[in-house]
Amino acid sequence: MRMDLIQPFINSTDAVLAQALESSIFIENLTMEEEAYRRKGIAAEVCLTGEIEGRIIFDVDMGAALLLASRLAGVEVSETDEELVREAVCELANQIIGNAVTTLNDQGFHFHVRPPRLHTSEQGSKSSEDTEALVMCFNTSSGKIFMNVALRYLRRPTAEQAAVAGYKS
Amino acid sequence: MEKFLPVTRSEDGKPVRYLIVDDSVFARKNLARMVETFGGQVIGEAGDGVSAIREYQRLTPDIVLMDITMPEMEGIEAAEKIVRDHPGARIVMVSSVGYQENIVAALQRGARHFVQKPVKPEVLYEVIKYVMRDDATVAKSAGAGV
Repeated sequence: MRMDLIQPFINSTDAVLAQALESSIFIENLTMEEEAYRRKGIAAEVCLTGEIEGRIIFDVDMGAALLLASRLAGVEVSETDEELVREAVCELANQIIGNAVTTLNDQGFHFHVRPPRLHTSEQGSKSSEDTEALVMCFNTSSGKIFMNVALRYLRRPTAEQAAVAGYKS
Repeated sequence: MEKFLPVTRSEDGKPVRYLIVDDSVFARKNLARMVETFGGQVIGEAGDGVSAIREYQRLTPDIVLMDITMPEMEGIEAAEKIVRDHPGARIVMVSSVGYQENIVAALQRGARHFVQKPVKPEVLYEVIKYVMRDDATVAKSAGAGV
């Protein structure tokens, strides 16, 4: 997968979570997913359509989800407030992915974002050769946050770019 | 949360009345908490563009805080429809998707301003004052005006 598609997601996760948690976070590891995605905690999925197509799963383990929900709500949130915790995860997914999408659009990629929805199945679809999934694991003081990014680049060269390429060849 | 001097309506000194539109209950509550610290009053909420239009007609708020990516009808389309029927409507788009094309589309179709999520209270406060202009008064002290 192209790194220029991934970097905005890393930057925006870092920025949004650092603001929400009021502390820095760090990437523990970054791997390519070969098997079907297995949900680790409370997960939200956002689908993209357009020049870049695919989906991003924002998956937060319960400890980190409770901390994030509490920080965002401004009150202590417990595991019994399931709906609130899910809402918090969806809203953070929306903010992180929206900020990354903003950067990509400003770089010239054009695509549409669908609203986040809860990813409830234990296992997601397997990534294929043209939609590789990259999994980033972020560590917070209360638990781990995973971003599973499976995007396919569909951009066709514009007439102008094609003309330039033709001229050069 | 930071303390802000209350912003009230110039015509009657009452709190600025808000309609908050976002498909995330969490985001709505968050924005509500924020505008209350500005001395505002949330008079309605909606979770999609269709409900936003209905609620605007019913409540005629002073300001609408409108998300863009929503089910049923997206925020930009809802803003356009509201402004078409109510040219004086003050709509501020609040979205995590803040690329230039989207902002321009929103402004061309009637929105007054754009704020990117995650929303910083101090940014939203300045935007509210800018959008209300002479129709709002900022209290001289925290206890005044509300």
